[in-house]
Amino acid sequence: MPETATTTRKDWVSDQEVRWCPGCGDYGILLAVQMAMTELGNKPDDTVFISGIGCAARFPYYMNTYGIHSIHGRAPAIASGLALTRPDLDVWVVGGDGDILSIGGNHLIHAIRRNINLTILLFNNRIYGLTKGQYSPTSEEGKITKSSPMGSIDHPFNPISLILGADATFVARTHDMDRKHMIEMFKRAHDHKGTAVVEIFQNCNVFNNGAYGQITSKGAREEMIIDLHDGQPIRFGAEGRHGVIVEHGVAKVVEVADVGVGALTVHHHDNPDPSVAFALSRLASNPDAPTPMGVFRDFERSEYGSVLNAQIAQAIADKGPGDLDTLLHGLPTWEID
Amino acid sequence: MVIRSNDAEYVEGKETVVTDTEERTSEIPEVERIIVRFAGDSGDGMQLTGDRFTAASALFGNDLATLPEYPAEIRAPAGTLAGVSAFQVHIADHDINTPGDSPGVLVAMNPAALKADLPKVVEHGTLIINSDAFDERNLHKAGYESNPLEDDSLAGYQVISAPMTSLTKEACKDLGVKPRDAERSKNFFALGMVSWLYSRPTRPTHDWIEEKFKGKDLVIAANLAAFKAGDVYAENADLWASRRIVRPAHLAPGTYTNINGNTALSWGLIAGSRQAGIPLFLGSYPITPASDILHELAKHRNFGVRTFQAEDEIAAVGSALGASYGGHIGVTTTSGPGLALKSETIGLAVSLELPLVIVDVQRGGPSTGLPTKTEASDLMIALYGRHGEAPLPVISSSTPADCFFAAIEAVRIAVEYRTPVILLSDGYLGNGTEPWRLPSINDLPEIKVNYLTGPNHVDAEGADEFLPYLRDETLTRPWILPGTPGLAHRIGGIEKDETGNISYVPANHEHMVRTRAEHIARIADSIPPIVPAGDADADVVVLGWGSTRGAITAAVGRIRKKGRKLARIHLRHINPFPPNFGDLLRGYETVIVPEMNMGQLAHEIRADFLVDARSITKIMGQPFTPAELVERIEETIDA
Repeated sequence: MPETATTTRKDWVSDQEVRWCPGCGDYGILLAVQMAMTELGNKPDDTVFISGIGCAARFPYYMNTYGIHSIHGRAPAIASGLALTRPDLDVWVVGGDGDILSIGGNHLIHAIRRNINLTILLFNNRIYGLTKGQYSPTSEEGKITKSSPMGSIDHPFNPISLILGADATFVARTHDMDRKHMIEMFKRAHDHKGTAVVEIFQNCNVFNNGAYGQITSKGAREEMIIDLHDGQPIRFGAEGRHGVIVEHGVAKVVEVADVGVGALTVHHHDNPDPSVAFALSRLASNPDAPTPMGVFRDFERSEYGSVLNAQIAQAIADKGPGDLDTLLHGLPTWEID
Repeated sequence: MVIRSNDAEYVEGKETVVTDTEERTSEIPEVERIIVRFAGDSGDGMQLTGDRFTAASALFGNDLATLPEYPAEIRAPAGTLAGVSAFQVHIADHDINTPGDSPGVLVAMNPAALKADLPKVVEHGTLIINSDAFDERNLHKAGYESNPLEDDSLAGYQVISAPMTSLTKEACKDLGVKPRDAERSKNFFALGMVSWLYSRPTRPTHDWIEEKFKGKDLVIAANLAAFKAGDVYAENADLWASRRIVRPAHLAPGTYTNINGNTALSWGLIAGSRQAGIPLFLGSYPITPASDILHELAKHRNFGVRTFQAEDEIAAVGSALGASYGGHIGVTTTSGPGLALKSETIGLAVSLELPLVIVDVQRGGPSTGLPTKTEASDLMIALYGRHGEAPLPVISSSTPADCFFAAIEAVRIAVEYRTPVILLSDGYLGNGTEPWRLPSINDLPEIKVNYLTGPNHVDAEGADEFLPYLRDETLTRPWILPGTPGLAHRIGGIEKDETGNISYVPANHEHMVRTRAEHIARIADSIPPIVPAGDADADVVVLGWGSTRGAITAAVGRIRKKGRKLARIHLRHINPFPPNFGDLLRGYETVIVPEMNMGQLAHEIRADFLVDARSITKIMGQPFTPAELVERIEETIDA
């Protein structure tokens, strides 16, 4: 990991004019990432942002770090090659739901199962923005868009369920209306060794305005957001009057007055069994029901790059550093005088 | 049974090397060369048998060339024509270029193998046949109405028929090997027979069996017993009249090894990494016939080689590009269908101007095509198969050993010019072998790497600045490693200007497109001019690229021997062409281009130089033989 540095937010701001639509949720995320970077003590020169294609994918141009704005869906693959060869760098991947869950879905799940040291920020606005408003792999069934005038037939991904299903060692959810929470989640994800994914509920005020309004608007949050805290019973609502119980693989919302605090499920983000986290991810399939936010899972498993580099060290220890001449003479040889 | 003295040594220990080959072969008639084809069911171990015969011949000092041919299925239905797996080897006492025209000897382990490969055998050739496999069931599966061993259909050949399966079982019966397992050693019986017939040293095969099956004592015992039984059978079966020997070839002095193209290519990538002084990263997805490069490189972590078996072809090239961005040599290896999948990412590499080596071990296409058969039909996709104006260097390898040098050249161009490079090999080169005189590693070309570490420009006010796309005299942009203090910058697939930042300025796009093209064109300045082989005053040139080199060289040699003047050019660099190439071509009256495709290079020659190139094509999944090329070159000249 890079040494720590003292920076201000300005050190993380590039000279490029930000060109998202006015009012886009991405502005808040950009600010939160820049602030998280200063709080983490990271150095811009040791940081790389790699993105694919989409509105969110313009992100690297606005960060005063190293960065690649690559091609649609492929950022996790490109970032994997970088992270495996340059463990000294802090490698981040940024993309939207179309980029990371649709065209790049394959790379996402394979990066996750390998547990390569990447921090992946998934901006989920449940719509294709840059192509001007088609349904995405997280759009709700029946959604009317330009490409689904009679309503989308596609069943959406539940990103947290998908990510947990790929055996993620770290997955968290946050939203673009809560800067403090975003900063905390980005820092936690960054500090995780392995692939860390943060799903960010992000509003597209042009093509999918208010997608998360029912849970993220100021007045709704208390009753609709379930903050997950490690080691604590899962409670939410005014004075914590609601709670969550996970039983037989299913999570359900209960009233604390009815069941008592002792009956509530205690959240352990490092639970080796991901099924409780999975059950929590199923609590709300649309943002119209109480929705868990925070760290679903933060679990340690061997990180791919560390093992790869250990294999290299082991091979050198066993066989000595590679010698080309020895290699060329490695098959049976014969002499001709 | 007679046990020869040298056989006793094998039983006693390994310290004695075979020294009596010369002595015990002194009476045997010499021949300049033989071509042996081992054919059997894909479960019969024919590739291994051919490989062992080849290895023994290589150690004996012959020049040789091999052609493995096997079905795409791991186990095609047993006993059928579709399941036939064959390995052809040409051994000679002189310098040869190809696996030969037609085998003089066919080893057929079952009726299907005989049926499939008999038409390839020369007139009056020798057939060594496992008679045990010629039962009604197998004959029927191969489509024989009567047993060719019993009717007159093989009258024109010298037939050596041996009950290999039962004799192998017999040889193994006291070893404690189950009959079913013993049967699997019958390929070593065949190898024993052929080794005796062609006076191959037996020691290398003994050593190999013991090494390969270390820890499996029963397997070792069964294979050694089968091998010896075959040898003894041949000796006792009155085959003395058929015995021949091919003396060692007079090759240039040096240390030799028998190498296939995929191994040579892997080693060349490692050599390129050494010459550049930066580590190698391979992102690859398994695909026939390229997977062996992944396997080979995966063995060499102690060279700092990072192999990454990606989830798909796209991630394979993506990870390689990410590694190159980080300052390693990013390589991806594939075959045709994989190259198609990588196309978009290669376009990004063109736009990012980062080093990247893409190896395409070509096979028959389109689509799945002929996965285990060779073809050279990816030239056009290599040159043009991208969106937008996206030129990149394309080079090719021409013999198995040449794959080593081609890989170094690919790394050189990629690293020094910061560009993706496509290296075209093919299945024939990848799997075929030849003796290779090992180069001195001190003679390998130097590969210069310059990472930019500070500002590279002074702005209008006299202040230092850094421009990621500021180019040197070759129009190459700097390679800047992330992590370099003070040089943080962004690059991407969107059109950019010198700063690396997005630019939609119309004139800038035209400037960038033309600059990228000129950048690639200027690589020609680093390519040595072509010196044609053959007759300096010839009016006709035979132009080739890739694995046709052996066949073209042999064919041109034969035609010249007949007194006709011919020149020969074989290309390493296809984009850009060597600097004198166009002028050279225009100096010939006739340009003939043999290719294992529909005439892709010929098309290119016509387009680039307005030269009336004549195509000779073959798209059968098999390389040209010299004999067919002689005929077709002569036809083309006389037309």
